[in-house]
Amino acid sequence: MSTSVELHGIVKRFGAHEVIRGVDLSIEPGAFTVFVGPSGCGKSTLLRMIAGLEPISDGDLIIDGERMNDVAPSRRSIAMVFQSYALYPHLTVYRNLAFGLEMAGYKRPEIDLRVQRVASALRIDSLLKRRPKALSGGQRQRVAIGRAIVRDPKIFLLDEPLSNLDAELRVQMRVEISKLHQELGNTMIYVTHDQVEAMTMASKIVVLRDGNVVQVGTPLELYNRPRDIFVAGFIGSPRMNLVPVRFTPGADGFRFAGETVRFESPLSEVEREAPLSLGVRPEHIMIGGEAGQPLCQARVHLVEHLGGATVIYATAPDGNNLTIATPGQSDVHQGDLVPLRVHPALCHLFRENGTALPGI
Amino acid sequence: MNRWRSNSAEGIRERPFWRSIVTHGALIAASLGMVYPILWMIAGSLRPQEEIFGGTTSIIPSQVTIEAYRDGWFGLQVSFGRFFANSLAISVLSSIGNVVAASAVAFAFAKLKFFGRDFWFALMLGTLMLPYEVTLIPQYVLFQRLGWVNTWLPLVVPKFLAVDAFFIFLIVQFFRQLPRELDEAAQIDGCSAWGIYWRIILPLSGPVLATAAIFSFIWTWEDFFGPLIYVSDMKLYTVQLGLSTFVDSSGTSSWSELFAMSILSLVPVFLIFLFFQRTLIEGIATTGMKR
Repeated sequence: MSTSVELHGIVKRFGAHEVIRGVDLSIEPGAFTVFVGPSGCGKSTLLRMIAGLEPISDGDLIIDGERMNDVAPSRRSIAMVFQSYALYPHLTVYRNLAFGLEMAGYKRPEIDLRVQRVASALRIDSLLKRRPKALSGGQRQRVAIGRAIVRDPKIFLLDEPLSNLDAELRVQMRVEISKLHQELGNTMIYVTHDQVEAMTMASKIVVLRDGNVVQVGTPLELYNRPRDIFVAGFIGSPRMNLVPVRFTPGADGFRFAGETVRFESPLSEVEREAPLSLGVRPEHIMIGGEAGQPLCQARVHLVEHLGGATVIYATAPDGNNLTIATPGQSDVHQGDLVPLRVHPALCHLFRENGTALPGI
Repeated sequence: MNRWRSNSAEGIRERPFWRSIVTHGALIAASLGMVYPILWMIAGSLRPQEEIFGGTTSIIPSQVTIEAYRDGWFGLQVSFGRFFANSLAISVLSSIGNVVAASAVAFAFAKLKFFGRDFWFALMLGTLMLPYEVTLIPQYVLFQRLGWVNTWLPLVVPKFLAVDAFFIFLIVQFFRQLPRELDEAAQIDGCSAWGIYWRIILPLSGPVLATAAIFSFIWTWEDFFGPLIYVSDMKLYTVQLGLSTFVDSSGTSSWSELFAMSILSLVPVFLIFLFFQRTLIEGIATTGMKR
């Protein structure tokens, strides 16, 4: 069962302080939408307003064509997985799963059937008699997800559910949640500050900053065509290199650390005069070779060997720090002077106000 | 030398033995000093009355007798057992009332949002600063008009109306520590405010409720002034009022019986501390309570 969610001009104020500033968003039925952004950007607040746990100061929340602003959380047909799991400590796993169904007035045989089915699907059927304190982090996570699934809601809301898990378990659970979404097909809204989670799980990403939606798009849209310098820097790991450049009329390109980078697309006179930022992802910078255009000669000051990739931290002659990510195992060493090259098509230009120049 | 490591080869120096002797000696002396009055009272309850103030400071009676216990228990118009039963009933009812009412009010202050909440909370805390003597007369007039004087009602009924701000505050502090997400999860599951209180918050509040119940019981058991003001029928006397009958300002007082019954009146309190000390410590530690 898939459900659409629409937010029209949603505003949230705490006293005089506005934390969500007029958000307009449309979430398609069955979509896995991820709200991502730095701490304090309002993503959890937005999720809580959809859940009904925070009152909406202004604007309309529409779920399946119905205005839900004043509808109680239990009547919105939503289920939520909290960051801390919020399992009832005094109840067994079985009772935790059954609690919502008991409140809804389901009969015991139906409750039993649903609980057993979900427990079996999540592989927690052997844990039904235990209490949460006797469970590991991953097991608690499954129980929290199970408690959401058992109610058969229209919308799943997940508020940073993986942030309390170790790195290995996080990767495992990411895959499980993605598989769950494919099996159930429900609308899922997921909040995270981890852009890797956003990129790997989402069908649509909503990037938030200071209570505003900065950009909405698929993971690859945000990666390939960030509309804003903030999105460019937030999406992608390691972070995009952003260096100040100025247009050089005579060379018809951008001067950076002794080299000129030429773009194919023409720029307006205004843009030629203005200070701009050049953005290039670490994985798009090449060391040596003949491909692309020269960027600069950089001095290496740190090399991180990850096995499958190498991350190199270097400094350009003008003092700008650059991060380069190369596949495989590189033989670059600390102190080396390396020639860096880029394909202009893989570079980005941003205005002083942070907006991207389109079509570069 | 690495600045994180010490080159010192010395271990922790052991304290000299004489210092341990002096410290322990001082602690034992202080403990004896604190427990001496109780020991003296036990001795007084087991020795003949004329020996109590006969000039001896020894806590070992010259002659042991349990007459004081017998005379104290059966010597009054009403058996002291009746006073114990009265005190037990009042203390238990008061504890139940305090726990039920204070926890409900605490839930409202800790977990619910309503207009004027902070104002009413501050007002409630303000009543802690009111001396009992200030409200005594207006309360007496109120209970007199209700026809409750010379009954237990003034001692018990107010407890069911959350009059004790101390317990409300104690429980509020505990409830505030319970994660907000539990309430929210219950809200999403369809629980009303009452349901959250009854099904989620209360079951998790064992330590603080036990602490509130225990302290309520002890303070009610030890309360002398309240029963003195409101109870005049001897059949309704509490233990503390019963003890006061042994002390006669105009004639002679029955000190042996007083000491004997005083020792017995300590037994319930002693047993509570003995069996519930872990619960008390847990409750105090959890709430940061300090009287």
